[in-house]
Amino acid sequence: MAFLKGFGACLPARVVGNEEMAAITGTTPDWILNISGIEERRFAAADETVADLATAAAQDCLSRCGVPASALGMVIVAGGTSGRSFPGPALTVAHRLGLTGAPALDLPIPSAGSLFGLALAARLAAEYGHILVISAEKMSDVVRRQPVEPGVAVLFGDGAGACVVSAADGPAEIIDSVIYSDGAFTEDLCLDFASPLHMNGRAVIMQATRKIPRAISEILDRCNVPATEVDAFIMHQANQNLIDGVARGLGVLSSRFYSNIRRYGNTSAASMLIAATEWSQAGGFRGGAPVVFAGFGAGFNWGALLARGV
Amino acid sequence: MPVDLESRIVAIIETVSKQPVKVGPDESLFDSGLLDSFALPDMVTALEKEFGITVPDSDLTPRKFESIASIGRYVESRME
Repeated sequence: MAFLKGFGACLPARVVGNEEMAAITGTTPDWILNISGIEERRFAAADETVADLATAAAQDCLSRCGVPASALGMVIVAGGTSGRSFPGPALTVAHRLGLTGAPALDLPIPSAGSLFGLALAARLAAEYGHILVISAEKMSDVVRRQPVEPGVAVLFGDGAGACVVSAADGPAEIIDSVIYSDGAFTEDLCLDFASPLHMNGRAVIMQATRKIPRAISEILDRCNVPATEVDAFIMHQANQNLIDGVARGLGVLSSRFYSNIRRYGNTSAASMLIAATEWSQAGGFRGGAPVVFAGFGAGFNWGALLARGV
Repeated sequence: MPVDLESRIVAIIETVSKQPVKVGPDESLFDSGLLDSFALPDMVTALEKEFGITVPDSDLTPRKFESIASIGRYVESRME
């Protein structure tokens, strides 16, 4: 048995509107808005690292949950832009939180990384107690790599989200989760050490539009929860059209899917937990009401998690 | 490609794209603006329903659905 105890987030202060992105990408603000639905995103400062964003999100989360860092049994940091091969940001974050023995695990998984982190934590909580799952990305470093690909660069932003998964209690119990990987599509969405992000958008959307609803349906069917009875869907914020497509595939209203992509763009692994933080601040879990989390991204990796308010 | 198969595929593309199809069988549906990333999955679902076929995830690649001719070849291969 595991619980979602609470969420937290960190969004860099600098707001980058479409006029600035148009200058970076050689496009126009109207074109950016038309192809993405994104009005602005956040960019971290040049000297701000993924570990900095992750630590700030962790502190926000722990504060909201009322859990002291000393009570953590494990730290998991997910993301695809850690900045160096090793050690990853998880160790830095754990050190900054004052932890000296708790295992700190990096998941170099963009986009779906936070969902994978939650699913793993749900299974490990019985042994490790409070597990802090963080997802953090500095996509601004990636999108400015030359040659800039406008259709990709305008989509992304920086940020971090966090969640404490607890074996003891919390406002929602994790009922079930599924995670999947399929390496047949590794070249369709990939990031080398110095190259720009490569994305075959059509392949990504084709796969995501099918795999996300299927994963969600799998856990809902297993738990006998009709999609129409789900209180809220909190999904990786990749693209509003994708979110709408998933809603259509499940036969539910798109308004059931929390969305903040207009304000932050796609913050990759960080997006789902940033969305969860805002959603929880706006009301969050209600007693007995099911809530679905879902993610999809490079790999491809994808999955879904069902929680229920207690 | 049999005429009937081509006309059924064209009808699906017109429904999904909400536009008349005025491209040749080998022209790119993407370059012509008839299909984009988000219309593509809807078209695949419509093909499955129309022809009673199943498109496995491993076949969900844009190249297979690039043109009326490539769609026709794929549909025929799944109906065999």
